[in-house]
Amino acid sequence: MEVLRPRTLAEALALRAAHPEARPIQGGTDVLVELTFGHSRPDALLDLSELAELRGFTEEEDGVLRLGAGLTYAEAMQAPLATRLPALAEASRTVGSPQIRNRGTLGGNLGTGSPAGDALPPLLAERAEVELASVRGTQTLPLEDFLLGVKRTALATDELVTAIRLRPSGGAQTFAKVGPRNAMVIAICSLAVVVDTSEGEVRAAFGSAAVTAKRVTVSLADAAELPDRIAEAAAPIDDVRATAAYRRHALRVLATRTLERCLRS
Amino acid sequence: MRVSLTVNGERLEGDAWGGESLLTFLRDTLELPGSKNACEQGECGSCSVLFDGTLVCSCLVLAAQAEGHEIVTVEGLAREDALHPVQQAFVDAGAVQCGFCTPGLVVAVVDLLARVPHPSDDEIRESLSGNLCRCTGYAKIFDAVRIAAERA
Repeated sequence: MEVLRPRTLAEALALRAAHPEARPIQGGTDVLVELTFGHSRPDALLDLSELAELRGFTEEEDGVLRLGAGLTYAEAMQAPLATRLPALAEASRTVGSPQIRNRGTLGGNLGTGSPAGDALPPLLAERAEVELASVRGTQTLPLEDFLLGVKRTALATDELVTAIRLRPSGGAQTFAKVGPRNAMVIAICSLAVVVDTSEGEVRAAFGSAAVTAKRVTVSLADAAELPDRIAEAAAPIDDVRATAAYRRHALRVLATRTLERCLRS
Repeated sequence: MRVSLTVNGERLEGDAWGGESLLTFLRDTLELPGSKNACEQGECGSCSVLFDGTLVCSCLVLAAQAEGHEIVTVEGLAREDALHPVQQAFVDAGAVQCGFCTPGLVVAVVDLLARVPHPSDDEIRESLSGNLCRCTGYAKIFDAVRIAAERA
């Protein structure tokens, strides 16, 4: 198994185009498990961990934040990002353990595309877009169009996730997750809620209760309908972690609780 | 592939296969077995090391990704004549039962106290949430953290 180790984004995109079979790897918290347990044995790995272009975040014109694909959960938990995107910070704090949060990245969460990805609900609730780059150029896709199914995304074989772009709503927001303990938990279900008064709406997004994380929007006037609307939009399954019925019920509870928390603040 | 890196202040190199983890490279190739191999999926923390000063599970880092980087393992903590204060605190508190989780916990506590010199119990709990002790000796482990913090 070859490891391609580009030092610049341009080099990485050229390698990605030349080696479409190479598995991109950033922090490694998902990919190493696959490799070690033999779940996948790609011919090559494309290591993105040395690319300075993917690190950190920048603030652009008209208040748009560009979060590098290599931004770690630990970084998303810290000010000033945590103050701009509190629900993302809360969600990041529920990911794995400190060791995992120091290594795992937002780009990796998107690339893996699990319906349980903890960063996905808060990003969907803030209407994030995904920046995809290739030697052909750069395109931006709404996150909901990027997530196609269980670990299936719209990423082309010559593309890399380079950033997430969003304009923080500044609205009251929070994240909640159900699991058997406070650490090292794959969400049984999760929910992010943003009360966006400037748009006059409440946006929520749930995880682990459909083939992808999904967003539900209601007007502020109809905020009380949110728990029912989420329960209707969910299409959970029975699996080793919980039953579908439990997930639907838990989402209703989380919706009521998180909404109350946001509307009170 | 050839991987050269700094481990515990020493420049070392060795051959790794492409998909090899930093953990097995440290243990089997560089002959540093202090970092323990238990779950191999980031659940237990027994392989914790510092990667450029950041706490990580070495089982979730590709050996190739450590090329040119600085790693500190549990072997790099003690001085020649004395244990690291965190190691000494574990001894004094009796925070070791079977001992398998101890190296990872010691590295995680060294990282915690470097960032938060006097952690609250909640901070200790959250910081050590990625390190499992299957003997369930957490009370003594917490004592060790408090002893190390007091002595610093």
